[in-house]
Amino acid sequence: MQIYLPIAEMSLDIFLLLALGTGVGFLSGMFGVGGGFLLTPLLILIGVPPAVAVATQANQVVASSVSGVLGHWRRDNVDFKMGFVLLIGGFVGSTVGVLLFGLLRRLGQIDLVIGLLYVVLLGFIGVLMLIESLGSILRRRHRAVAPRKLHQHIWLHGLPFKMRFRKSRLYISAILPVAVGFFVGIMSALMGVGGAFILVPAMIYILGMPTMVVVGTSLFQIIFVAANVTLLQSVQNQTVDVVLALVLTVGGVIGAQIGSRVVAKLPADQIRVLLAALVLVVGVVLAWELVATPKNIYSIALVGESR
Amino acid sequence: MTGRDGFIPCRTAALLLLALFALAGSQARPAAAAPLIADLSDHLIAITTGFAGTDVLMFGATDGPGDIIVTVRGPLTDVSVRRKERVAGIWVNRDSLTFGLVPSFYAVASSRPIEELLTPEMLQRQQVGENNLALIRPDARPTKIEEFRQALLKVKEEQGLYSPTLGKVSFLGNQLFRTELRFPSNVPIGSYLVEVMLIREGKLVSAQTTPLVISKTGVDAEIYQFAHTQSLVYGVAATLAALLCGWVAYLVFRKI
Repeated sequence: MQIYLPIAEMSLDIFLLLALGTGVGFLSGMFGVGGGFLLTPLLILIGVPPAVAVATQANQVVASSVSGVLGHWRRDNVDFKMGFVLLIGGFVGSTVGVLLFGLLRRLGQIDLVIGLLYVVLLGFIGVLMLIESLGSILRRRHRAVAPRKLHQHIWLHGLPFKMRFRKSRLYISAILPVAVGFFVGIMSALMGVGGAFILVPAMIYILGMPTMVVVGTSLFQIIFVAANVTLLQSVQNQTVDVVLALVLTVGGVIGAQIGSRVVAKLPADQIRVLLAALVLVVGVVLAWELVATPKNIYSIALVGESR
Repeated sequence: MTGRDGFIPCRTAALLLLALFALAGSQARPAAAAPLIADLSDHLIAITTGFAGTDVLMFGATDGPGDIIVTVRGPLTDVSVRRKERVAGIWVNRDSLTFGLVPSFYAVASSRPIEELLTPEMLQRQQVGENNLALIRPDARPTKIEEFRQALLKVKEEQGLYSPTLGKVSFLGNQLFRTELRFPSNVPIGSYLVEVMLIREGKLVSAQTTPLVISKTGVDAEIYQFAHTQSLVYGVAATLAALLCGWVAYLVFRKI
């Protein structure tokens, strides 16, 4: 059954979109990431214009993060203070990102930048996660339980404007979370992702937050960043397709619930290996598309009405 | 719509008869003789939620033997054509040219191959055939303009908005004619012009232009309008809707 998407100005099969939403939702429920980094490339692959895919994805991320964060809040796993500090950077970053998005679109380079960002980030994070999770599996095998510090202190933590984050058991410079929020905000506007797959590693490895509160807190701040992106994309580029967002959301929340139940039966480090492998596969596919000779080296873009 | 040429539904037959009567009526007054009369089965294509493309019937009558050419032209646009080049192993958009007066949609149907009907100069003057479109060309080397113009036509064909093949105009007897005009699901909205030309012995005897409007209607049109005219309110609404969806999803699944 075809459904007409009013902003994308095309018809797509509603069941294909639902299946896509459910599949990606399943993975996101399993791995605790928004899934935008998978869904956006897939939407582009089935013919949705990249600008619409990116902007609509942000709207869908709002919905999935809300349902996720409520669950974590109930289990008291959200560090609201850290969330707000991250947000300050996130708001500025996502605003800069949307302006950049519009500029790159006018220059005709937006698709290239989106593609490059995905390849670099997915490759980088995939490799890091793979090394870390394989390492932890090996350590478990050898039963060598090293005495663990709460977190590693690095020189960045010593910058001025120190703040205490009780829930995360941290006393670090506020500049650090603001900078992390800013960077992830830009990425989330440019790539149409919530940014969890960048934010979660950054919170664990750079800020040194305990894993327990990381997912809830990242979801909490992503709601606001994604809402900001939705608003700005609507105003500046008019590329948010609410019909597409709704269909994807319905599929996504169902898939996420199934995924989070499946994941409870698997050991944590094996899940991280799987996620790392998935991230790397997507990265390699996208890298191939940048390098492979395109089917048509010409593309056209509507500039405006002729007078 | 091939294989249906011999079959004319009742409504079509009635319309054709009507056209013939109108023609006969006008022939009664020799001073105002109209050699060509044509009309569309629809003057408005409404794009709704289930829109998957549509056919519009063009039918009419002539005052005697001759050939018919029908052209369909969508709203005129400025279009940038970009060419990718390999830079450090990666394909990047480098060169680009912008053409003006590019029809967003273009199709031709005729009763015989157009080259047999009109001279190349005439085809160019009447803008018949996608190679004869009078695009506004940018300042550049002629070879580059030609390369980018061909690329533009090819991409438009890939999108299904231009057609490399001619549609078929079929005659019933030697006075009544009909053709199906096909519009794909991604057809751009706007005001279209459908031009019908009557050709006899290499000469353009008569021509008639009929407007056709393609627009979104219903909820989709309202959403599109909303997004483009009140984009801030639209953004707020989209965000609130997403918040609500997330909350409802949480409530529903907490119980299970």
